[in-house]
Amino acid sequence: MQTGLLNGGGGLFTMSSSEESYSYPDESLLELGLGLSLGGGKTKAKTKHPAAAGGGGSWDHYARILTAKDFAGVVSDKTSSSSSSSSSSSITKVNTSGGTKRTAESPCSPPGRSAISQVVGWPPVRTYRMNTLSNNAKSPVTEQLFSIDDKCKSKNADTPSPNHGSCTNTNISKEKGFAKTSLFVKVNIDGVAIGRKVDLNAHTCYKTLSRALDDMFMPSASVGARGSNMERQVSVAGKRQPVKFLDGSSDFVLTYEDKDGDWMLVGDVPWEIFLNSVRRLRIMRTTDAKGLAPGSQERNRGRPITPL
Amino acid sequence: MDQDHKKLKESPFPCEGLEKVLSFIDSHKDRSSASLVCKDWYDAERWTRSKLFIGNCYSVSPEIVARRFPKIKSVRLKGKPRFSDFNLLPQDWGANVHAWLVMFAKVYPSLEELRLKRMTVSDESLDLLARSFPGFKALSLSSCDGFTDEGLKAIATHCRTLTELDIADSVTVDIGGGWLSCFPEGFASLEILNFASLQCEVSFDALERLVSRCRALRVLKVNESINLEQLQRLLVQVPHLTGLGTGSFMQELTPRQYEGVQSAFSNCKNLQVLSGLWDATSLYLPLVYGACASLTFLNLSEADLRSGELAKFLPHCTSLRRLWVIDTVGDKGLEAVGLSCPLLEELRVFPIDPYDLDNRQGVTEVGFLAVSRGCPNLNYVLYFCRKMTNDAVATIVQNCPDFTHFRLCIMNPGEPDHLTNEPMDEAFGAVSKTCTKLRRLSVSGLLTDMAFEYIGKFAKNLETLSVAFAGSSDRGMQCVLEGCPKLRKLEIRDCLFGNAALLSGLDKYETMRSLWMSACNLTIKGCRLLAKEMPRLNVEVIQDEWSDETHANKVYVYRSLAGPRQDAPPFVLTLGGEDI
Repeated sequence: MQTGLLNGGGGLFTMSSSEESYSYPDESLLELGLGLSLGGGKTKAKTKHPAAAGGGGSWDHYARILTAKDFAGVVSDKTSSSSSSSSSSSITKVNTSGGTKRTAESPCSPPGRSAISQVVGWPPVRTYRMNTLSNNAKSPVTEQLFSIDDKCKSKNADTPSPNHGSCTNTNISKEKGFAKTSLFVKVNIDGVAIGRKVDLNAHTCYKTLSRALDDMFMPSASVGARGSNMERQVSVAGKRQPVKFLDGSSDFVLTYEDKDGDWMLVGDVPWEIFLNSVRRLRIMRTTDAKGLAPGSQERNRGRPITPL
Repeated sequence: MDQDHKKLKESPFPCEGLEKVLSFIDSHKDRSSASLVCKDWYDAERWTRSKLFIGNCYSVSPEIVARRFPKIKSVRLKGKPRFSDFNLLPQDWGANVHAWLVMFAKVYPSLEELRLKRMTVSDESLDLLARSFPGFKALSLSSCDGFTDEGLKAIATHCRTLTELDIADSVTVDIGGGWLSCFPEGFASLEILNFASLQCEVSFDALERLVSRCRALRVLKVNESINLEQLQRLLVQVPHLTGLGTGSFMQELTPRQYEGVQSAFSNCKNLQVLSGLWDATSLYLPLVYGACASLTFLNLSEADLRSGELAKFLPHCTSLRRLWVIDTVGDKGLEAVGLSCPLLEELRVFPIDPYDLDNRQGVTEVGFLAVSRGCPNLNYVLYFCRKMTNDAVATIVQNCPDFTHFRLCIMNPGEPDHLTNEPMDEAFGAVSKTCTKLRRLSVSGLLTDMAFEYIGKFAKNLETLSVAFAGSSDRGMQCVLEGCPKLRKLEIRDCLFGNAALLSGLDKYETMRSLWMSACNLTIKGCRLLAKEMPRLNVEVIQDEWSDETHANKVYVYRSLAGPRQDAPPFVLTLGGEDI
């Protein structure tokens, strides 16, 4: 009968193999190969373990699993785990038969940063769900080695404004040249129902961000003269950047909602602090943004509704 | 033997009677059992089966199905292994529904329902579907991909008797919203419409007209493109909804608009399921309070609320049985759950920040404990956290011994008990021992073989097990394979189980739906050995940049009547026993 496999239970048919005894093949018959366990992620070549490239020959009788832990940079034996614990994910490695420690080649994770972002498909959160949250999950390990924007850096060197220091004061992970993860936040513009998403970690300062948003929402806007906060910063540098619609000449201004739920003007705080506190962006009509004084922490008084 | 045969022939049970009796049996498991009694029962069953369930589309072929079942009206078909949800499967791996549709069109012209999960569905397939079944009623696409608005247009245009269109969490790229406008003016049969996961802008006019025509509409889940004011206009048309997915809450309302929306919600007296609520903040969340008295399922997984907001919301939902939240509510928010939801049966807590980029705390064992104290009927949990303790889990299952689904995800791989620094073995030991009805288990944290010994020893009803970054030797996997008699699905990633572990399950895999092992210690040779010993299994190795001639990085093993896949892409290697 062919019904066996369509049933919830099995075992309708006798399986001849269970009658015979068979012995497990000698371990020496099977090559215990070693493989990387990073799945299909896009890590840099240098993070690939050398043994895997060599086809596992040097790992005879020696099974050790490379896991995301090996790329965490903070790996210790179980016994010393407490000493290496920190706010970042200090992962203790389970003792295997090989009991090896990691090699020096593996990169260190930036302190304060978990290595989870380098493992494909972990934590197991659905893609569609990730798209609606502020962080993007499509490709937690991005291919680009984020290098510091030299242009941005050199221009800002001239300015006395403290905000521009943030351009050079990039994430530690960037300085070490590691693959950067994405920090997608939603951007809504008044008048359009569906928002877009922008990767804040693809930018080093407000200037590049506003330029990206210009392109995204208003490709035909003209350069204006009057200054928003950002435009003022830029003109202090002595150069007029084509910061288009966010320069106060158009009807729109860029705002963000911070961790406390307050809506603030973008550009007031150092870039790093902005990255840490931004939840989402909103391009508001200038008329609606009147309640947002630069640097103020007050709620947008432009809201017509009070909670009941 | 002959005498028994004679007896049977002398007093046969009339097959018309048998068919009548069998036609009352719905459950496919019961029907399968009935079909095994004898040939007559097998025949009677196959002639009366109208609902088809295929848990693995590759376990059987369309031809085999067509030969056996002549009269099918409803099909549920599942494709890719579950880890494809987390990008572990390359594109174009398979599970394309088209070949099935071609067969259905030929053999089951009166097909009414098609429910697909994790399958690739092209526009061409949707078009074929739309044109081939004149009485087609219900289409449900869960976690599917491959289609665009062109396919949906075909459905809207040609399915005249459609009652259900449910595009639950399917992943589509660049889909337009024009399909919604393709429902003909006379079309009025829709009862369920869910397009919440589609990132497109639909014509609100078309939607409003559609809703006003479909008087039997009971479930409406719109997407983010619909704002509050528009939602209100829809709600006044269908206040009798039992399921609602709102659009975006990011809109500034005038006081008059606010009252209008609030009143529209208050008129929805039959609401049992509420979801959506994108960008809902404390300002506008109270709008929905009036609709929540009969709510049994509240899905807040798109609204990153804080503890206070949740604490104010929940007292309005006195009948709540299922709750999905984001971990921004924190342990405090979960305390509110424990206090306000005594009837709660299911809790899912999703992480706002899975990659810990902002170093957010999320929830810990404290929140979970609080829920367990207040909600003794809890039987389903999905809990993403960064910290957990063995003691907490043991207490939780003492408080709630009826768990059937226990999915705990401690997000840092290999994370130990954060108070004692020990492995989390005892936690899952407690779950296995105490929760005798446990059917599904996902383990995480630092785990040695001990955890799997517990599972193998105690989890006798376990059907699905998910393992990641765990175990200390092959023995772990072996314990599970030897100890869990009802195991059907085993999915493992990033563990050190090797060929010995794989081969210890030789006798087991034909009783299971499937086995997935990725980033473990398997070699091609080991997989070939399995394939050689068990010819009725498909042993597939998916080759990617981490595979080489020896290492099998992604292995998918499943029983099949259909033999090796005919449609396997070049990177899927189906192993036979050829050259060991």
